[in-house]
Amino acid sequence: MRVLSLALRRLAASVPTLLLILAGLFLLLQLAPGDTVDALMAQMGGGDAALAEELRRFYGLDLPVMARLGDYLWRLVRLDLGFSSIYGKPVATVILERLPATLLLMTASLSFAFAAGMALGVLAARRVNRWPDTLISTLGLVFYATPSFWFGLMAIVVFSVHLQWLPAGGFGDVAMGYTGLEAALDIAKHLVLPTLTLGLIFLAIYLRIMRASMLEVLSLDFVRTARAKGLTETRVVARHVLRNAMLPMVTLMGLQAGTMLGGSVVVESVFALPGLGRLAYESVAQRDLNTLLGIVFVSALLVIAVNFVVDLLYARLDPRILSGR
Amino acid sequence: MRTWRLYLRSPAAVLGALLVSVVAAMGLLAPFLYPDDPLGLAGRPLQWPGDNPRFPLGTDPSGRDIAAQIFHGARVSLLIGFAATLIAAAIGIAVGALAGFYGGAGDTALMRVTEAFQTLPNFLLLLLLVAVFGSDLRTITVGIGLVSWPPVARLTRAEFLTLRTREFVQAARLQGLGDAHLILREVLPNALPPVLVYASVVMAVSILLESALSFLQLSDPNVPSWGNLIGLGRNVLRTEWYVSAIPGVAILLTILGVSLVGQGLNDALNPRLAGGR
Repeated sequence: MRVLSLALRRLAASVPTLLLILAGLFLLLQLAPGDTVDALMAQMGGGDAALAEELRRFYGLDLPVMARLGDYLWRLVRLDLGFSSIYGKPVATVILERLPATLLLMTASLSFAFAAGMALGVLAARRVNRWPDTLISTLGLVFYATPSFWFGLMAIVVFSVHLQWLPAGGFGDVAMGYTGLEAALDIAKHLVLPTLTLGLIFLAIYLRIMRASMLEVLSLDFVRTARAKGLTETRVVARHVLRNAMLPMVTLMGLQAGTMLGGSVVVESVFALPGLGRLAYESVAQRDLNTLLGIVFVSALLVIAVNFVVDLLYARLDPRILSGR
Repeated sequence: MRTWRLYLRSPAAVLGALLVSVVAAMGLLAPFLYPDDPLGLAGRPLQWPGDNPRFPLGTDPSGRDIAAQIFHGARVSLLIGFAATLIAAAIGIAVGALAGFYGGAGDTALMRVTEAFQTLPNFLLLLLLVAVFGSDLRTITVGIGLVSWPPVARLTRAEFLTLRTREFVQAARLQGLGDAHLILREVLPNALPPVLVYASVVMAVSILLESALSFLQLSDPNVPSWGNLIGLGRNVLRTEWYVSAIPGVAILLTILGVSLVGQGLNDALNPRLAGGR
C-alpha cells in the first residue's frame, strides 16, 4: 500500500507539469499563421471579412487569450480533443483507433530491448575486457549509431524481399480472414521486424548501462560476503547482483518512454503500421494541427503513465526507497 | 596537454576522431569536388555503383549523382548537428546554471519547465514545430536545439549544486566578486567538462533527428540531405536498394565517430573513471 501511495504522490506532482505543457502548446498554436476560421474560409472558397468576424464569434475566437486557454483546458479535462477536419471524426476517436498498434509495438520493443540488453550486459560484465565483452560492446556502439529507419529498410530488403521470411509491412493480412489464434500469430509475424527496428537503439543503451551497473555492483562488499559464503558465481549474480544492477535500467525505462514514442513515428511509417506515430506523420503532412496536438497530449499522458509504473517497479525492486522516508 | 595524451592513448577515440575528420573533410571539399548543384540532373537514373566510372556511387531515381549528394549531405548534417548542439548547450547551460546557482523558487520553476519538455516526446515536439513554423533549414536547426536542451540543463544544474558551496567559490564571494563573475569565471569552467562530453550525445541525436525528419520528407527539400536520399530510395527499395543503403552507412559512420569522440573525451577528462572500465 505504501508503494502505491508513494507512486500516487509522484503522479500528483506531474499535474503541474502537464498543465505547463498544455499552456505551452496552446500558446505555440497562437503563433501559427492562420486559425480555424482561416482554414474553414479557405475550404469554403473564401468569403468576406464580416463572415469571418461572425465565425470567429461563433467559435469563441474573439475572446481574450487567457479565456480561450481556460476553455481549452476545460475541454481537455472532459477528453474533448476537438474535431479533425481531415478524418471527419472527433480527434479522440481517431487517436483511440490508432492507439492499440502503438502500445503493442512499444511493449514488444521495450520487452525485447530490456531482456536482450540485460542478458548481453551481464554476459559482457562477466567476461570484462575479454573478447566476448569487446564484441558485445562494439555491437552496442554500432547499434547505437544505426538510424532506425535505415535499419528497418535494410531488414525489409534482406528478410522480406530476398529471403521472403517476413512481411514487409502492414498490421496483418486482412484479406486472409484469420480469426482467433491465427490472427494473433499473423499480427505477431508482422510485428517482428518493427519490434527489432524500434528496439535496436534501446538495446544498445540498456546493454551499456547494464554492463556498467553490473561492474559497479560486483565490486560492493555484500557481493564479497556472498562469495565468501561459498555461493557459486552464477548464484551470486542471479540472486544478489542482478536485482541491484537492474535499478538504473528501470530508471532509464521511464526516462526514455518519450524517446520511444518519437521513434515509433519513423518505424510505423517504414512498416506502414496503423499506429499513433504514423498518424502524427500524416497529420503533419496534411497540416491537421488539431489531431497533432491531440497526439502530443496523449503522448504526454502515456509518458506520465509509464513513469507511474516505473515508480511502482522501482519501489518493489529497492525497498530502501520506502523505508527512507 | 595531459588530457590530449590520455585521449590519444585510446584506439577507439582516435578512430572516432578520424571518422569525424573524414566527414568534415568531405563537407569542406564538397563545393570543390562537386561544384555543380548536387540536386541537379547528372545522368541516366538508377545506374548501379560501378556501372559508370563517372558515378562511383551510382545515380538515384531522379538521375542525380549519389556521391555528390553524400559529399554535400556531410556538410548539411554536420552544420545542422553542430548548430543545434550549440543552441541546446546555450539554453541548457543558462537554465541549469541559474537554477543550480540560485536555487529556491526560481530553481523549482525552471526545473518544472525542464520536466515539461522531457515529458513530451522530442521527435513529436519537433514535428509540431515543423507543422507550425514550416520546414526551412533554419527553423529545423532551431527546432532540434529547442527539443534537445533539457538533459544539458539537468547536468549543468547538478554540477552547479555541488560546486557552488566549495571553498574556492566561497573565497571568491568573500572577495566581494559579483554573482556574474562567480557563475561565469569560477563555477562554470569547473562544471563544463561533463557538459562537453554530453554535447557529443546531443550532436549525435541532432544528426539522427535531422535525418529522420528528412527521411519523412518533412525537411527542407532544397537541401541535399542523407535522410532525404534514404527516403527517395524507398520507392525503389526492392530492386535498387543501394540508393537507400549508401547514405545510411554515411549516417552510421558519422554517429559512430561522434560517439567515440565523446567516449574518448569522457575517459580523458575523468582519468579516475577510465581505470575502472
